[in-house]
Amino acid sequence: MRKRTFPGRLDKLADISLFVVQAAEEAGLDDSGVYAVELAVDEAATNIIEHAYQGEDRGEICCSIEVNRDGLKVILQDWGNPFDPKKVPEPTLGASLEKIQSSGLGLFFIRKLMDEVQFEFSKEKGNTITLVKRRK
Amino acid sequence: MEIGITHYKRSVVVKTQGRVDGSNAPELKEAFKELTDKGEFNIVFDMSEVNFMASAGWWVLIDAQKTCKQLNRGEVVLACIDKSIQDSLSLVGMSSYFKAFDDITSAVGSF
Repeated sequence: MRKRTFPGRLDKLADISLFVVQAAEEAGLDDSGVYAVELAVDEAATNIIEHAYQGEDRGEICCSIEVNRDGLKVILQDWGNPFDPKKVPEPTLGASLEKIQSSGLGLFFIRKLMDEVQFEFSKEKGNTITLVKRRK
Repeated sequence: MEIGITHYKRSVVVKTQGRVDGSNAPELKEAFKELTDKGEFNIVFDMSEVNFMASAGWWVLIDAQKTCKQLNRGEVVLACIDKSIQDSLSLVGMSSYFKAFDDITSAVGSF
């Protein structure tokens, strides 16, 4: 398990990406799998900054990565407002262009791109999102 | 974020490079808004040097597409999309919102 902590700022998203991409490549994911992990982690980190912390420079994002025999597990942790995924409306993709809404698009991407997604909240550990991507 | 704008007879090509994410998507949004405010509705987004596109970036393109397609006055088309980006777009079910071309000449020529 490798772990790094990043400031909760949008200009640090590229650094978080670099950290997870290296691990995804080591895990033996194909190009689309590596990109899917990069995109899902970016969406999760952006949600942490914009929704859990409600702005930049209000807290840190801890990123832990485990490369295992099945693929990759990424855990992002923050200490912002409790996040309840059930309260996020799902965008109506597949609907006509006029009806599609931006709200919830990041979370929708995460669920579509990853094999497993799990959310947890506790007063001690804050918000934890666990993302799993398996090797094909 | 560097954004290049090239005007052709019937369309405009917008080009940027590297990552498009929450940190710089507002700049891209502003560039598209300036074009549509001037009445430019036939827009090619050149993705030949874009290697990452977060939902914030896709939302900019969807928003621009809504504006351009109003009254059938034009549309946003994509050119030279990286395969991994294309795969992710298909996976999330958003590829139907944009026509995609393998090269700029075909994209510009589509208008």
